[in-house]
Amino acid sequence: MASAHAQGHSHDHAHGSYLTPKGGFWTTVLDWATTVDHKKIGMMYLVAILFMFFLGGLAALAVRTELFQPVRVDAQTGAITGQLLANWFYAEPTMAQGNDVYNIAFTLHGAIMVFMVIVPSIPASLGNFLLPIMLGTKDVAFPRLNLLSWYIYVIGSMFAVGAILLGGVDTGWTFYTPYSTSTGNEFGKLTLMVMAAFILGFSSILTGLNFIVTVHKLRAPGMGWFDMPLFVWAVYSSAIIQVLATPVIGITLLLLVFERTFNVGIFDPSLGGDPVLYQHFFWFYSHPVVYVMILPGMGIISDVLAVHSHKKIFGYRAIAYSSLGIAAVSFIVWGHHMFTSMSELASAVFSGLTFLVAIPTAVKVFNWISTLYKGSIAFTTPMVYALIFLFLFSIGGLTGLPLGTLSTDLHLHDSYFVVAHFHYVMMGGTIMALMAGLHHWWPKFFGRMYNENAALFCALIVFVGFNLTFFTQFYLGSQGMPRRYASYIDEFTSLHQISTYGSYLLGLGFLGHLFVFLHSLAAGRVAPQNPWGGLTLEWVAASPPVEHNFDHDPVVKHGPYDFETTVPPGWTPDEYPIPAENLRTAGSH
Amino acid sequence: MTTIDHKTGQLDDASKPLWARYRPGHHWKNAAEEFDGCKLGFWLFLATEVLLFAGIFVAYAIFRAKYPAAWVEGSSQLDWKIGGLNTVVLLVSSFTMAYSIYCFQTDKIKKGQQMLLATFVMGGMFLVLKLCLEYMPKMTGYFLAFDPALSHYTDLIVHDHAKLGGLLQYVEGYGGKAPGKYFTHGFASDVNIPLWWSVYYSGTAIHALHVVIGMTMIARTYFRSFKGHYGSGHYTFVEMTGLYWHLVDLVWIFLFPLLYLIH
Repeated sequence: MASAHAQGHSHDHAHGSYLTPKGGFWTTVLDWATTVDHKKIGMMYLVAILFMFFLGGLAALAVRTELFQPVRVDAQTGAITGQLLANWFYAEPTMAQGNDVYNIAFTLHGAIMVFMVIVPSIPASLGNFLLPIMLGTKDVAFPRLNLLSWYIYVIGSMFAVGAILLGGVDTGWTFYTPYSTSTGNEFGKLTLMVMAAFILGFSSILTGLNFIVTVHKLRAPGMGWFDMPLFVWAVYSSAIIQVLATPVIGITLLLLVFERTFNVGIFDPSLGGDPVLYQHFFWFYSHPVVYVMILPGMGIISDVLAVHSHKKIFGYRAIAYSSLGIAAVSFIVWGHHMFTSMSELASAVFSGLTFLVAIPTAVKVFNWISTLYKGSIAFTTPMVYALIFLFLFSIGGLTGLPLGTLSTDLHLHDSYFVVAHFHYVMMGGTIMALMAGLHHWWPKFFGRMYNENAALFCALIVFVGFNLTFFTQFYLGSQGMPRRYASYIDEFTSLHQISTYGSYLLGLGFLGHLFVFLHSLAAGRVAPQNPWGGLTLEWVAASPPVEHNFDHDPVVKHGPYDFETTVPPGWTPDEYPIPAENLRTAGSH
Repeated sequence: MTTIDHKTGQLDDASKPLWARYRPGHHWKNAAEEFDGCKLGFWLFLATEVLLFAGIFVAYAIFRAKYPAAWVEGSSQLDWKIGGLNTVVLLVSSFTMAYSIYCFQTDKIKKGQQMLLATFVMGGMFLVLKLCLEYMPKMTGYFLAFDPALSHYTDLIVHDHAKLGGLLQYVEGYGGKAPGKYFTHGFASDVNIPLWWSVYYSGTAIHALHVVIGMTMIARTYFRSFKGHYGSGHYTFVEMTGLYWHLVDLVWIFLFPLLYLIH
């Protein structure tokens, strides 16, 4: 790897980290607002995404709070009980008002979390920061487009928040017609929300396009395709999906806006249109995009597992190819979201194709577990989160099988089983991987260590809270609790209450993480260049990296996971848990 | 303007045109790499554009299969001569665009600028034909007085409704073929005719928007070319403009037969 770390202080533009202020307060603000540095843009994305995560999380807690009690009409008095959410807005809410508030809350939660958090979370924040550094280059291919994509993201998010302030929408995050063509559009709030998703698509396309060109064109000298870290492979695969799938949601949402403003009738059956066409269009994007959400997370897990068990990743090529495999298969399985609105033959075909996804996914999981075997495992927070990911994602993946099987899906579809499955893969998958990645690269981002014990404690709370919240929902769903209902039969009360308590615990855990991070920024120990002993290029860069990432352009001389044979940069052989006679120093052959 | 060569620290020779003094972004190895990268990025962007229009084509195909009678009736109300003329305009403009790139590559700057201007004008012609000969009569019933299509409706012209001193002639019962809820045309025999017009307007309007975007890119290239930005040493943006313009052309090549020719 680069033999040049930590010796180039005489080199010109190499002073100071990218975080060093450029002058007074306003000069610094202006510098950040107009920066084309991928590191700053990545961090601005991180802040924006975490803020939206906070908003979406509040909406989730509101949904769970409402579900603490079923909505009931007292047979004697006619009074409505259990409308916990609507009571905040109305003195004595009617049933319709109460249901509206509930519908708005879960729509907000879904729309914010999907379009503004999970899709951009890992690629746009961590990916933006790390991809060029891991490739050993100074920036992404198109730095100005990169900044533009951040502004587009912010504008899209502002549209969405505007729609919330105008009263919110209650269509569900999928904007299914006829909900989205017939429900209230006061002040154009529904159009605003749909436009928000449309605009956010542009941001997603620009990021994906930028990453693809960067990977193709800007790898460091000596870095072939199979010398790239697996995180880069994963982000590259998801970028392909972003570029190829997002335009389809673009035209869909555009047609939906036409539908809303001109009643063009393409989706409205009363005008000859076809609501199922909307579903096909929507899922042609939104199914591939769940792999945009999970693939970068899988990339983080590959890197974290290898580094924190100090062991060469098992099956590097298999993991790399399986990312591409998932990207390819993702485009032909969208029909499994609409088994009940298609012919039996089409459903059977889509069901069969759906099972194909299990193959590359299982390839990854088995390789990860093989990597752990006989590794020198350090139970740091990133590692613990990676193990949490393995546990939760496996449950999420396996519960996908009964949903992909026609005969069982007939009973489980549109139930809490689907809700639980989705949260196990998306939250248990992507968000846990994001947490693993955040802790893993936190020292690199900000040059500060976090408090390991406090972070581990918070991870434990998150893990327990998550399972309390969502494992109960598998039971609820298999017993017939439909999704998106504000009310339920009394038999479900205790399970719903456990789930709600769990969600509070989950919120508490994330709040704890926030404090750990803030504490680290304010008073954390100064981070070494390479706290975990990683071998990829970001660990050659300083913590935090200098303005142009490296003092000298790095040259790659060994694989990203050659832990058995290479001492990590910034380490001495006696610090390293592998016998010295097996090792060579980084940079030598 | 004098610039400093980042690599050598020398002052640039201000007598050379801007394109000869062009420096690639600091993260690129050289200008050729940057050009390749830009081209790859732009092709990816064009792929997204194709997929965007794919949505329209899928909607067209599905509704055509569901309501063949409406589609036959709808497309028979479009005049293939106007569509054909627009096709010719776009095809010729694609040639002038490609020729302009060749001119900049070989330092025939003057010729390249003329070709850009010609492309821009033809893009404008396309829009004028579309708006004045297609959208306006169909939506409002008003024809331009010199529109040759007016000769089919001599009996139906209401001279009292003429506007702008006779420049706009009103044809009774022709207008109202507007999108969606503004559709008021009374003579449709198939109930799904409004849907045909919805697909027609969605497709052609989104395409027209792309024509406008392409023209904006051409205008930018045109004005910057006078400052000496483009020549044999650096013509990235000219080439991207050309790629985009060919996409605009290509989409129309598909829209034209689907909408005008297939009955």
